[in-house]
Amino acid sequence: MSFARLAAHVRENKLAYLYILPSFLVLGFVVIYPFVYNVVISFSNMSLSHFRDWKLIGFDQYLRVFREKVFYILFLKTLGWTLVNVFFHVVIGVALALLLNRPLPGRAVFRTLLILPWAIPQYIVALTWRGMFNYEYGYINLLLKRVLNLPPIQWLSDPFGAFAAATITNIWLGFPFMMIIALGGLQSIPKELYEAADVDGAKPWRQFWTITAPLLKPVMIPAISLGVIWTFNNFNVIWLVSDGGKPADSTHILVSFVYRQVFNYYSYGYGAALSIVIFIILLFFSINFIRRTRATEGYA
Amino acid sequence: MARLKKSTPRWKYVVIYAVLIVVTAVTVLPVVLVFGISLRPGNMLWTTDLSPIPANATFEAYRVLFQEKPFFRWIFNSSVVSFMVTIVGVSLASTAGYAFSRYKFVGREAGMIALIATQMFPVTMLLLPLFLMLIKLKVYDTFLGLVIAYSATALPFCIWQMKGYYDTIPYSLEEAAAIDGCSRLKTFYQIVLPLASPALVITALFSFMSAWSEYLVAAVIIIDKRLYTLPLGLKQFQSNFDTEWGLYAAGAVVVCIPVVALFLFLSRWLISGLTLGSVKG
Repeated sequence: MSFARLAAHVRENKLAYLYILPSFLVLGFVVIYPFVYNVVISFSNMSLSHFRDWKLIGFDQYLRVFREKVFYILFLKTLGWTLVNVFFHVVIGVALALLLNRPLPGRAVFRTLLILPWAIPQYIVALTWRGMFNYEYGYINLLLKRVLNLPPIQWLSDPFGAFAAATITNIWLGFPFMMIIALGGLQSIPKELYEAADVDGAKPWRQFWTITAPLLKPVMIPAISLGVIWTFNNFNVIWLVSDGGKPADSTHILVSFVYRQVFNYYSYGYGAALSIVIFIILLFFSINFIRRTRATEGYA
Repeated sequence: MARLKKSTPRWKYVVIYAVLIVVTAVTVLPVVLVFGISLRPGNMLWTTDLSPIPANATFEAYRVLFQEKPFFRWIFNSSVVSFMVTIVGVSLASTAGYAFSRYKFVGREAGMIALIATQMFPVTMLLLPLFLMLIKLKVYDTFLGLVIAYSATALPFCIWQMKGYYDTIPYSLEEAAAIDGCSRLKTFYQIVLPLASPALVITALFSFMSAWSEYLVAAVIIIDKRLYTLPLGLKQFQSNFDTEWGLYAAGAVVVCIPVVALFLFLSRWLISGLTLGSVKG
């Protein structure tokens, strides 16, 4: 497009550009500038000892990321964390939406109570669950001991226990979002389809896979991809439930590890390089996920 | 899945209710527990009692919170910041979303993708450059700095959401208005915007929430104790060697009340506003 034509195009769509300009100015300040800054820092040796006199050193920080074993371990852990969380968010959310998407006395009460976790600020949720996982006084161990007569579990002092605790907290936190999205999706499915299926004698299970699931998919796909990104980068829950990665920095996912490196060990360059790697992983995932799911959408 | 028909056997109802009641109980339990802790007398904070509401419940923690701690100031600060973010969020997202929905301009696709991409970068790493820049702009340790930062976190989701909703509004309405000699600007404000009110409500809710309950960014930007927002204040009760669980719990309950009330009040719109957009997105 020549410059003159571009100018004409801009003039013609002046209103559109005016409408998006303020948003992108704000985003430019808060996200795009820091992002560019990070790219620069990721090629530098910036750290506590080189805070003002940092200089560019090329790919060293990236090499360090890929050379150290910790990255691969954390990557797998983050992957596991994301898969388990999103899986339960979607399964619980869709199952509840299916139960609630029918004329049922008291439906509004259940729906209202079930979105509570979404309404409560994350840091309060995380700190509250941390209290509930306390070995001696936490409600969960009290229930295990007194009601089910099981031995109490070392939640927060054991690496696996702490990770499980954070995962349980995050599952609790995330299913209402998926439930609300699924409820909206279910409401948009025409009732006639089920009536026709009834006439044909299709069993509920079959109706779910042939009608509900394919028609719910276009609604759930954007929600799931957002869910994956948010969960992959969920700093609050893992950090606050494990109180900064305890025991002994064994409870980390990639983002909390980055935070530890930057704000506790002041390895700015290394942290920036790791952040860029996280960003690229997620970008790669999203592009593939969106493309692949859109490609199959044509069949539905 | 089949909706319950008249022929639905009774056992099916029993199973559905049983499942719903168990899941709801697990969902509500932590909330009830926090409320219970806030009612405990000071010497009973660590207890192995199973009943969530203590026998000798007291509102002492709430009294201390409101009378001895600057809790009103935190509420005031958080309210100011949250309202400003809501106004910025709604006005910017409603216009930007409209542009993305109705205009075919150069950079449209790239802009939409850039919005999702902002969600992929770990927030923790935006903090340091943001911090340095806010110092340079002299809005560090001010509400303005917080409002800018929060608006930016809320905007991408809100713009996508608004765009999706506008997509479901038939374009013929605007064409009819244009034929009647209505300007594009006027069409937007007088015809499209009122129709998009469910989506506007959700944008408002999200903007408000992102400011009302955010801790990490506030902890980096705000130093002055007089400017503390609710999350910063509440975290104070946890930062000492022994956590003031009673005060923390009481504060948490007060923080949650307005958001939960808003959510419950808006839950009807939540379903239609969030998903109508993505159906045709």
